[in-house]
Amino acid sequence: MKLLNQIAAVTALNIRNLPQRTGGSLVAVVGVAAVVLVFAAVLSMAAGFERTMLSAGAEDTAIVMRAGSTAELNSGLSNDQALIVANAPGVLHDGDSPIASFELYVVVDIRKKSTNEDANVPLRGVQAGAMDVRRNVRIVEGRMFEAGRNELIVGRSAQSQFAGLEVGNNIRFGQTDWTVVGVFDADGSVSESELWTDVRVLQTMYRRGNSVQSVRVRLEGPDSLATLEKALADDPRLDVDVLSEKDYYSSQAEPLSRFIRIVGYPLTVLMAIGAVFGALNSMYASVSVRGTEIATLRALGFGPFPVLVSTVIESTLLSLIGGVLGGALAYIVFNGFQVSTLNGASFSQVVFDFAVTPDLLMQGIVAALIIGLLGGFFPALRAARLPVAQALREL
Amino acid sequence: MKYFALIWKNAWRKKIRTSLTVLSVLVAFLLFALLNAIGFAFRSGEDVSSAERLVVLNKISLINPLPISYQARIGSTPGVAAVTHASWFGGYYQDPRNQFAQFPVVAEDYFRLYPELIIAPEQLESFAKNRIGTVVGHELAEKFGWKVGDRIPIQATIWTKADGGRSWEFELEGTFRTDDPRGSTAYMLFNYDYFEEARAFGKGTAGWYILRIAPGADPVEVANAVDEQFANSPNETETSTEAAFAASFAKQFGNIALIVQLILGAVFFTLLLVAGNTMSQSVRERIPELAVLKTVGFGDVAVLGVVLSESILIIVMGGVLGLAIGWVVVQGAAQSMGATLPGIYLSPQAMLIAAAIMVGAGIFAGLFPALKAMRLSIVDALARG
Repeated sequence: MKLLNQIAAVTALNIRNLPQRTGGSLVAVVGVAAVVLVFAAVLSMAAGFERTMLSAGAEDTAIVMRAGSTAELNSGLSNDQALIVANAPGVLHDGDSPIASFELYVVVDIRKKSTNEDANVPLRGVQAGAMDVRRNVRIVEGRMFEAGRNELIVGRSAQSQFAGLEVGNNIRFGQTDWTVVGVFDADGSVSESELWTDVRVLQTMYRRGNSVQSVRVRLEGPDSLATLEKALADDPRLDVDVLSEKDYYSSQAEPLSRFIRIVGYPLTVLMAIGAVFGALNSMYASVSVRGTEIATLRALGFGPFPVLVSTVIESTLLSLIGGVLGGALAYIVFNGFQVSTLNGASFSQVVFDFAVTPDLLMQGIVAALIIGLLGGFFPALRAARLPVAQALREL
Repeated sequence: MKYFALIWKNAWRKKIRTSLTVLSVLVAFLLFALLNAIGFAFRSGEDVSSAERLVVLNKISLINPLPISYQARIGSTPGVAAVTHASWFGGYYQDPRNQFAQFPVVAEDYFRLYPELIIAPEQLESFAKNRIGTVVGHELAEKFGWKVGDRIPIQATIWTKADGGRSWEFELEGTFRTDDPRGSTAYMLFNYDYFEEARAFGKGTAGWYILRIAPGADPVEVANAVDEQFANSPNETETSTEAAFAASFAKQFGNIALIVQLILGAVFFTLLLVAGNTMSQSVRERIPELAVLKTVGFGDVAVLGVVLSESILIIVMGGVLGLAIGWVVVQGAAQSMGATLPGIYLSPQAMLIAAAIMVGAGIFAGLFPALKAMRLSIVDALARG
């Protein structure tokens, strides 16, 4: 009890006279704030990208592509094959007709507003069933495209990132003119990065005959995936891969988010090491400034342990302030900041928001505490071992 | 320079403090080196692109192919000295994670257009002769342990064969490299004839054309002349210099350079605070000493110079060490992971920028303490001591 009282007393004393040491303390605080800011900002890209990719994937929706194609852009299926897929067991029906959409996925060059350079924007040809397959998609402005016409509906994110996609605008791809007739929302998922049109129109434009690239079907339930997979595997007319939408999108998200993490974590560790040096420096300075004070306390009967603990507490507290500041700054500046990048896996642009998640903020605070503990420990050791008589003589 | 001993002694007056400051500067410049090298990789080879080569793409997007008949028409355009084509194969070796680029090309034409690619003449000859022959960048051969004569199966993700198969087998005939430390050759070339004959669809097309302009020809005029030929056809073209294409493609990733700069901005801002704080503590402790210096005849400017030089010295020590470690790490990564992380490179420009930052940060961090030292009045300072 006496020990705790001593620790409390010394710590309170330290904190009360912190204002006299603002210079050094500020450096420690800013150093830690920078680490947490950069950590949260970089990793929030991975978190935001994953959220956008994964929120598009439903477990009860399957995507069927030619075997081995790994991405829609590479795949190709004939109309006959697509019909077999749509009518296979496991597919949910609305009345008599299966809930399915035959789709083509191509990229077109559209100017990105932020760079003013052409970017690979995904253009998806869909059937009317697309809206039933993806329950989160709804028109929020204008109207749905009409079958057979050169009309586009554009995702909300695509509209904000790429030039000339306002409702009513005309846009030219190669030799064909298109009219933007509507905007759709898809709960911030990757679908919102896309432009949609009637698959038949797109087949003509790309001279694809009546072939498609993928078939999306609603399943009767998550367990029906195995049923569908088996039925299609047993059909000699087909050579296809069947994936749940969720698995498909997580495989598409993996390379980029892994890359960001591979860069982001070592970057943070390096910066944190730098911040530990900064913290050590300011805590050594703090101990040397307080030398007389510590010696006086020791002469009054305070033990070395409370002195050690109070110095560590001071350092950790400063780090914590830095961590909270850095985290708050990251949240204010970066959370929700919208960017688009080329996703190598689909060779097309994905628009996503930086997501400074609570999980990232927690990790940042933990990093700040570790920096504070490491930065405080050795100076604290010195403070505790300060030879009392000598320090007092310096007065 | 004659004060170097004095500056050196001053800098190490408090060993722990100076060491810690040097170490934090070291970390900052190590980050600078690593982030710059990674940023360089995202420039998609913009810096190694030739100004004499133009790239002809389908105007709709680069995934749309162009008819093979365009080769002759592009070749006869005034100002075009040579032309060849390449296509995107998009396969992988054994595991989908082993992604690298493969291009079906016309062997001799391709190497003639890319003189910077170094290959033994006899290897090029046997590559051209063997229908299923292939040559790969040395990085790939090292990564996968391939030897000349090996059979290499590549799994196609796009191009199924006419017989329905997805596995394309090639025979390794040689490897190529480039002398430019900035360039990467982590890709595979194989014969277009084999590709054209065996693929199930897309026959009669090539992915894009590469042309070299005649000496003295204007690249913009040549590009316009090519595009005009195909205007209003079902396959309009978009021709640009290789460098412009690389720059535009790099921008598809988003502004990587800006992100790198923001991170470095935060790092260097902190660094300035750390170094500035060290210097002001150091000057504060030394006020009596500085007063003595002045008393024995050091002028105001000399005192200013001594303090500023100390600040620059501390940052340069940390900076040079940090850059050196960064350089070693980048070299090591380029050697051992050339196939996984192609194009990482620490450019001389980045080194120069780092040197400028060292001096600038040194001056900035030391300026206020140095001014304070310069303005010291001897009498006051000695009285305080």
